[in-house]
Amino acid sequence: MNALALYGRYVVASLRAQAQYPAATLMLTAGHCAATAIEILGVFALFDRFGPVGGWSFGEAALFYALVNIAFSLADLLTRGFEVFGTDFVRTGAFDRVLLRPRAAALQLAGHEVRLSRLGRLLQGFAVLILASRLVPIDWDAAALATAVWAVAGGVALFVGILILQATLAFWTVESLEIVNVLTYGGVQAAQYPLNIYAAWFRRVLTFGVPLACVAYYPVLAILQRPDPLGAPDWLLPLAPVAGFAFLALSFVAWRAGLARYASTGS
Amino acid sequence: MPQILVEALAKTYRVAERAPGLAGALRGLVRRRWRAVHALVDVSFSLEAGELLAFIGPNGAGKSTTVKILSGILRPTSGRVEVDGLVPYQDRVRHVARIGVVFGQRSQLWWDLPVLDGFDLLADIYRVEPARYRRRRDELVAMLRLEPLLAQPVRQLSLGQRMRAEFAAALLHDPSILFLDEPTIGLDAPSKLAVRAFVRRLNREQGVTVLLTTHDMHDVEALAERVIVIGQGRLLADGPFENLRAGVLAERRLYIDFAGPAPALEMQGVTVRARTERSLELAFDPADIPTAKLIAAIAMKHAVEDIHVDEPAIEEVITRFYELHDSGEA
Amino acid sequence: MRSARPYLAAFRARFQLMLQYRAAALAGFATQCWWGAIRIMVFAAFYGVHAAAAPISLADAITYVWLGQALLALLPWVADPEIGQAVRTGGVGYDRLRPLDAYGYWYARTLGWMLARALPRAALMMLAAGIVLPLVGLGAWAWRPPSGLAAALLFLPAFMLMTALAAAVLMLANIVVAASLNERGVNAVLTPLVIVFSGSLLPLDFFPDALRPFLHVQPFAGLVDIPFRIYFADLRGGAALQGLALQAGWTLVLVGLGRLAMERMMRRLEMQGG
Repeated sequence: MNALALYGRYVVASLRAQAQYPAATLMLTAGHCAATAIEILGVFALFDRFGPVGGWSFGEAALFYALVNIAFSLADLLTRGFEVFGTDFVRTGAFDRVLLRPRAAALQLAGHEVRLSRLGRLLQGFAVLILASRLVPIDWDAAALATAVWAVAGGVALFVGILILQATLAFWTVESLEIVNVLTYGGVQAAQYPLNIYAAWFRRVLTFGVPLACVAYYPVLAILQRPDPLGAPDWLLPLAPVAGFAFLALSFVAWRAGLARYASTGS
Repeated sequence: MPQILVEALAKTYRVAERAPGLAGALRGLVRRRWRAVHALVDVSFSLEAGELLAFIGPNGAGKSTTVKILSGILRPTSGRVEVDGLVPYQDRVRHVARIGVVFGQRSQLWWDLPVLDGFDLLADIYRVEPARYRRRRDELVAMLRLEPLLAQPVRQLSLGQRMRAEFAAALLHDPSILFLDEPTIGLDAPSKLAVRAFVRRLNREQGVTVLLTTHDMHDVEALAERVIVIGQGRLLADGPFENLRAGVLAERRLYIDFAGPAPALEMQGVTVRARTERSLELAFDPADIPTAKLIAAIAMKHAVEDIHVDEPAIEEVITRFYELHDSGEA
Repeated sequence: MRSARPYLAAFRARFQLMLQYRAAALAGFATQCWWGAIRIMVFAAFYGVHAAAAPISLADAITYVWLGQALLALLPWVADPEIGQAVRTGGVGYDRLRPLDAYGYWYARTLGWMLARALPRAALMMLAAGIVLPLVGLGAWAWRPPSGLAAALLFLPAFMLMTALAAAVLMLANIVVAASLNERGVNAVLTPLVIVFSGSLLPLDFFPDALRPFLHVQPFAGLVDIPFRIYFADLRGGAALQGLALQAGWTLVLVGLGRLAMERMMRRLEMQGG
């Protein structure tokens, strides 16, 4: 059974386990949806009071918000194993069991506990996407749809990469480091607004450091068929999400270094 | 060609030294001092297919380090390891597909999933061909009497039940080698017997090579002809357990209940180990005084009610062995 | 005061326990600084467009954000995990055996839990956002001291009341968790409600003007919005006193509701055999 099919089996097993507690799962999902949805209220209130910012209306900003939240929620679904890697796998020695199976460790961790409740963020992300489409005349032609999907894919790759890095750190520190939340949840917080409203230094961090700009800002510009107020060339805009995949590739390099270290120092 | 080959295996860890107190902690931030811990030093042995080997040694002796290296999750510092023609830590995926591992008290099955679902998932992970899987699964379920447990989530099982399921899980993919790390620890008596009987059957009838680490000497007694003793990272003994016993504590114990008060006994080559009002525990070397002769000599002079001959408890043998090699807990 | 000893002891024990988690506090601190920074950058962007539309100055908004991060542990947005744990393991029953007022005992524990988590972080935040930022020339983005003596004096009772109110909210939440054995459901409702209506997400005056009358009198306003606005004198004089009264009033109401709920739950436990 190849990796993708096995991942599917892991997901099914995880869902079955959660289906044993339907009420709790539903409430967790609803709770997560509500907790994440309040952010758009904040975005709305600010646009409502101040008017358009950085050349953007609320509806357009909502598009950024939606794509970032959709991408993160999907990444969140995939990476619970990496998120708890330090505490639940390295510290307990449970990682040994992962290594005793004839499969890539990363695949097993990706399949570890797919939390349905994280769909809560996905739901509100989609709701906001629909809202954005109503508020702003977006021409959802094939190109725009493809760009949106591609942007989300790049975003998922980026966030998964960040979370894999978080797990890799655990090889050295043994605990899961909360501070990486600065990049994941903090990243969502920052990128849910159009990035040109921020100061130059911060934009540079979000483009070259953790390339959130490449998986949200530039693709949305392409979808809305607007030129970048900061002067990035038009052809770059739809291609930008590739940076997310580059980041993921780099994080895998780090992960393999961590694995090699674990093999020589044990648990 | 042996199935498992270990040659001059060595494993050294670097452990950061931390001085106590606040000053030490601060100093530790600036300059780290490293201490070498020699977990394994020049260990060599080999195992033929179908053998059953027991690995014993005090805590921290290097047993689990050896098992981890043999199973491929730990890389040795030096030495040669080959299992079925593969170097475990270099060919991890191929190697672990051929072995089964059971850790005592820990289950690899998914906590919230029914046992059978866990088995099915493992079959997919190990890429076992469906027909073969079903056959093997049914065989193991019958052998381990798991039928009533299959639909229950693992979290609802008792430890004994969980370990039985665990054995099945480890064997679903038909490995030719089984590593057992303290498999009977924490189990109640019937479960221990069941596990030992199962492992014996697996080894004798199905030819599965078994390498077992344990502290429970009754496991050793029940299962192993061959025993390796490890102490402070070194191999101290390798051979049939009887040789070990003979080399360390070649004596018998004689327990006698007397009809009257226990006499003061003075015989050459006989030590009185314990005495109560009406009984004696004697230690003697059967090479010097044959057992029958000793019994006859005592019974002739005193009225004896009951006699019981035994070997020293296996724990005693091992403890004495550790003492002789000065390899207590590191 | 002798009768208060067990409650003080409970408070102190919890406080000391939480202080041990220093490493976690430091990691959380860095995360919170970042959070604050992002929120401030967003405000700055919007203020840059049309500052006149804002109900408070940018400097005050910045102070609001830093205050919010510093005192985040005082926000009752999630039910106390230990209570949920005690419920699940049946430890709740033991509390009944102690010769104490159950509500008072739990209330003291809750206060200890919140303050122990809040004060170290607040101190760190004051150092970073209140002292370091001005020192490195970023004073415009710093946490400013209270706007004047009156504001400072009024902030003291406001702070105490916000803590008392937060504990009362959390008590009610904990009791509902204990009674329903459903921590997740309670948090699903509590978290978004508290974050929005306390003013933690945005100062309440930023929400559409039409909502203002309602937002100003609802119970959660006293958790963040009222005390912070007293701090930088957006609420002063009579309005500040009204704010304090609102905090106090809602605290009493929620304490009363909490005591009632607890009595009923305890009685039910007695009848069930605990």
